[in-house]
This record gives sequence, C-alpha cells and structure tokens, in this order.
Amino acid sequence: MDLDLDAGDVAFRDEVRDWLTEHVPARPLPSMDTAEGFAAHREWEATLAGARLSAVSWPAEYGGRDASLLRWVLFEEEYYAAGAPGRVSQNGIFLLAPTLFAHGTDEQRKRLLPRMARGEDIWAQAWSEPEAGSDLAAIRSSAVRTDGGWLLSGQKTWSSRATFADRGFGLFRTDPDAERHRGLTYFLFDLRAEGVTIRPIPQLDGEPGFAEIFLDGVFVPDADVLGEVHNGWRVAMSTASNERGLSLRSPGRFRAAADRLVRLWRAVGAPSDTALRDRVVDAWIGAQAYRLYTFGTVTRLAEGGGLGAESSVNKLFWSELDVALHETALDLLGAEGELTGRWLDGYLFSLAGPIYAGTNEIQRNVVAERLLGLPKGT
Amino acid sequence: MKFTLSPEQRQFAASIGDLLSGSDVPGLARRWGAGQPDLATWRRLADLGVTGLAVPERWDGLAAHPVDLVVAFEELGRHAVPGPLVESVAAVPTLLVELGDDALAGRWLPALSAGTTVATLAAPPHLPYALDADLADPVLLVVDGTLSLARTTTALSSVDATRRLFAVDGAGVLASGPAVTAAAGRAFDAGTLACAAQLVGAGQALLERATDYAKQRSQFGRPIGAFQAVKHQLADVLVGLELARPLVYGAAVAVADRSATAGRDCSAAKVAAGRAAYQAARTALQVHGAVGYTQEYDLGLWLTKVRALLSAWGTATTHRARVAAALRDAATTAARR
Repeated sequence: MDLDLDAGDVAFRDEVRDWLTEHVPARPLPSMDTAEGFAAHREWEATLAGARLSAVSWPAEYGGRDASLLRWVLFEEEYYAAGAPGRVSQNGIFLLAPTLFAHGTDEQRKRLLPRMARGEDIWAQAWSEPEAGSDLAAIRSSAVRTDGGWLLSGQKTWSSRATFADRGFGLFRTDPDAERHRGLTYFLFDLRAEGVTIRPIPQLDGEPGFAEIFLDGVFVPDADVLGEVHNGWRVAMSTASNERGLSLRSPGRFRAAADRLVRLWRAVGAPSDTALRDRVVDAWIGAQAYRLYTFGTVTRLAEGGGLGAESSVNKLFWSELDVALHETALDLLGAEGELTGRWLDGYLFSLAGPIYAGTNEIQRNVVAERLLGLPKGT
Repeated sequence: MKFTLSPEQRQFAASIGDLLSGSDVPGLARRWGAGQPDLATWRRLADLGVTGLAVPERWDGLAAHPVDLVVAFEELGRHAVPGPLVESVAAVPTLLVELGDDALAGRWLPALSAGTTVATLAAPPHLPYALDADLADPVLLVVDGTLSLARTTTALSSVDATRRLFAVDGAGVLASGPAVTAAAGRAFDAGTLACAAQLVGAGQALLERATDYAKQRSQFGRPIGAFQAVKHQLADVLVGLELARPLVYGAAVAVADRSATAGRDCSAAKVAAGRAAYQAARTALQVHGAVGYTQEYDLGLWLTKVRALLSAWGTATTHRARVAAALRDAATTAARR
C-alpha cells in the first residue's frame, strides 16, 4: 500500500500545474449563471480544449488525453488548487459523455464529443419534472413516433443553465402502457428547436441558474436517441452513477476549499476559539478522508473493480462535507459572514448538494438496501 | 500509487478473523472482566505473528509494514479482544526500538514477539493508567522524558470491564533525555494509530450486528430494517466508517514513510475513527432497543469498549489540537516560501 506517484504521473501533474499558472484568469469570471458569465465560461472551455485539458480522461480522438483515473484526480486537484473557473460544460462532460461512451453509437460519439470538449455545445440536463423529482420514474413527458424520428412534449424543470445552453438530454415516455421504469427513452434535443420554450427560474442566490423547459411537439431525429428505444431508464442510471460517483465531485474541489478554510482560520480565527478551530480541523479531516477514499476507489477501478452503489457513499459524504466546510467559513467571518462574496457563493452552492444528483434521503436508501442488504420499504 | 490492501494482507486479516471467530472471544472478555484474564488466545495470536509485527527481525520479530499492524488491529477491534494489545504489540515495541538501546530492546522484545510475556505502559497525561499491569512484564512509565520501570499501586475500574487499569509509580529509571521524549512521541503515534484501527474494527462489528438485528426483528408486521428511520441511521454509520478507514491506512503509510505529517495523520485518524465508532455504538444500541442494554447480551462488550477507547490514547480534543497545530505550522511554512 502506498501513495507514491510514478514519474509519468508527476510529469503530467507538473505540466497541468504550469499550464494553469500561466492561463487561469487573474480575476474570477462572472457567475456562469448569468448571460455574460456563461459566455466567459464557454470561452474558457475553448481555451482548456486548446491544450487538450477540457476532458483529459477521454480518448485522444475526441480531444482528450487517455488519462488514467488517477491522472484525472490529479488534474482536478491542480485545477481547483489553481482557483480555475467552474466548469460550465460539466453536465455534458461528466453526465452525458460517460453515457455516450457506454451506450452511444460511434456516429454519435464522433459528432457530439469533440464539439462538447471545445465548448461549442453546452449541454443541459432535463431529468426532473414538476411531479417527478426523487421519484424520477414518475415522469410524464412523452415522445411519439413520426417520420424519421420523434416528437417530444411535456415539461422539464430544475434544468441548470438551460436558459443559455445549446442542447438538452433527458428521459421521455415512449410506451405509455409499459411498467413505469420501462417504456422510457433517452433523447438528445436542441434547446433552440421549434416548439421549445425556456423560462428561467432565479435560484436562491438570485441568478437565473435554473430553468423550466416546455416542449410542444419538438422534433428529434432517430440519430439523437441514446441507447435503445424503451431502454432509457437503464441508460440513464449509468449516468446517475457517474454523477454521484467519481466524476462530478472530485476530491480536489474539497481539498482546495479546506486549504482555503485553513488559511482563513489563520488569518481571522481567534486563537482562544477552540470550538471554531475544531470545526476547521474536522472539515480538513473530512477533505483528507474523501481524498484518500478516492485513491482507494481509483486503485480498485484500475484493478478492474466496479463502482455501483458505493457512489451513494461518496455523494452523501461530499455533500455534507461541503455544507459543513462553508458553514465554518461563514462563522469564522463573524459579522462579515452575511456579506456577499466567494465564501457566501460557495455556501449557497453547497446547500444544493444534498438535493441534486439524487437527494441524500434516496442515497441513504440505496446504501441501506444495496450495501447493507436491508429490506426495501413499502 | 496503490491504495488498497494486498491479497496477502487480506489473507492475514482473514486468518486472524478465523482464529478469533473460533475462540469464543465474548466468553474470554467476560472472564477477563471478572478478574480471570487468560493468555491462551494471545498465544494463538502470537502464532499468527500478530505480537511480532512491530518487532525488528534481530529481536525475533517480523518487522512488518505499519499497514499490516493496522490490518491486525482492525480485526482485534472487530472481535473486541481484551488485553493490553495496543501497548504490548504497538506502543512498547515502538518505544524500545526507537530508543535504540540494545540492552533494553534485547531484554524484552524477543519475549514480546513470541507472545510469552505482555508489556504495558503508562504515559501521563494522555495515558495515565497502565492496562493489565498485573499481567505485564515490563510495566513501563514515561513522564517528562524519563522512562522508568513501574510498580502498580491502585486498581481502577473502567466503563469497559475488560480494561483492568492500574495506577502506577516509577520504580527505577531506565533512560532519560531527549531520546526518550522522541521515542515516546513515536510510541504515542503508534498507539494512537493502533487504537484508531481497533475503533474502526469495533464500529464495523457494531454495524454488522445492528444490521443483522434490523433484518430479523419485526414490529408492525415487518422487519424494523424496512423503516427509513432505521435504514438512514445505519447508512450514516456505514458512511462514517468507510471514510474513517482510509485515514487510518493513510496514517499507516505516513508512519512507514517516516513522513513529517505522521503525527498529524495518526491524530486525524483517531478523531475520525472515534467519531465513526461512537456513532456506530449509539446507533447499534438504539436499533437493538432494550435487549442491547442488558449485560447478558454481547453487544455491550463493544459498546463499552468504544466508549473507553475514546478516552484512551488521546481524546478527540487532544488530537484535534494536534492537527490544528500541524495545519498552523504548515500554513506558516507555505506562507514563508
């Protein structure tokens, strides 16, 4: 058992570090949940792609570097330590792309992935509906057969940045008579197509980061069905496992935040306040635990293991850690803690963590039923 | 990088687990707590090499990797094995090896490795009493940079009946000075690490027992494990233990590398392992209900051990302060660079 990096890993890490030092914008970009910020973040994606750093774990033919999972983790550590911009393309790269690799056709991968890597198509997820949140299989939006494709109708909601994005992906009911987990199909669609109406929903922080998507007979060609018709549930679940697991929340994000928290504590923490000091320590320990846990997962996956329900363990841990870490920062700031700024932005963002990508209640059910073998509830 | 156990380490854990599963450890623990300790199981653990893990080969030990030590202690905690294990297997060998005094090392290490004697240790303020001092040779005392042999004065009673603690007095100085302080520091880290591993193992046992019980016990016409109020508590216990374990193994790697962060990492491991194990204990008792609160039922062996181990080898307050000091120093170093 060791935590040593080989020479190739070190060289990769150093190259990433040097590139980021040179290229990360000196001033933070405006919020990606605004039109101006979205455009700036899209431009940053193109800059990353120019150095083949936007999706390092992808095959080279799609714009990646065939990087191992370990190198991806190292990339993320460097990325967040450098204070680089948030990834406006994350829903495409971390949610849709793994599904395209697993279930897409060669034609789809060649057509969609390079554009995604360069930020030319920014993808929005379209999972939830007004009556289908945690109970995702309750979705009602439908697709009916037409010449050469399908016509999509219905309403999707809580779609991040759909107001500014180019394309969407989600599940639609193609067989209304089938059992509810069957008869669903995974579609890719154009957010600017005829019949699409998008209504922004301001989030807790005031920015229009959410949107509702209304679809009224939106045409989607057969080429934009992902996986088999009526098999969308299984296809989508492989995406969900990626989102909750390694892909979306890398340890580098929390390690960088914990290091910033320690610096804040050194700068403003009262030496006599051991209660706050202990919370800083606990947040740092949590980030360290998640990092080491991830190295264990990376080793197991490299040895051919799978992720499965363990991704729910990840998600529960990082989402609670992220809230605790930011709460501690705001409390350290004392009376200044209510003022808008980077820590408050991070705090508001962290509050969404226990909700999205499958609520933490659903994750606890998954852990209890699949990892502990407890009986399903009725 | 390879941050998983090797097949040999898994096999080692399984061998210890098999031995202990067949040894009626709960019966042993009850006799131990009633004042009838018995070292037969200890000698069988010695046959597997457990007692020689931290002893160098020249003193008839295995000079094993600290990860192997953690593997063993996780199993010992899982089975709630009584006795001065942390002291005799981890801390005292580390102390004697780090001290570099061949006469002292040669005097005790071969017998400790063979499991024919056990050692114990007091080192106030974090370790004020010596566990099972009436069984041990040597009984050591470290105070302010002085290592002494000790004699027992008063027997004390612990929440964990198997922890037979004794107040001790110095009875003959063996060594003193900065070398003792440094060696005692390494020994404290080794003991802290072993204790953290024991806590993870004990927490795992509590989770397994509570989960099994929740599957069997029915109320309102269904197993209580089908209720989310029960499920979610057990899921949280699993998450706590799964995320504490890598800290324990990471600290073992840091100790093996003699990394400058080894002390910090052992402390972080004890904080996380203690919290996770205690959450497991509280949850396991709650899931079992009244039967878990009885002395007859074995669950109490783990419940009381976890509570005792939170106080032993440095409290959470002590270890958080150590992590905080390390983070403050590291930040200072980084800022100067």
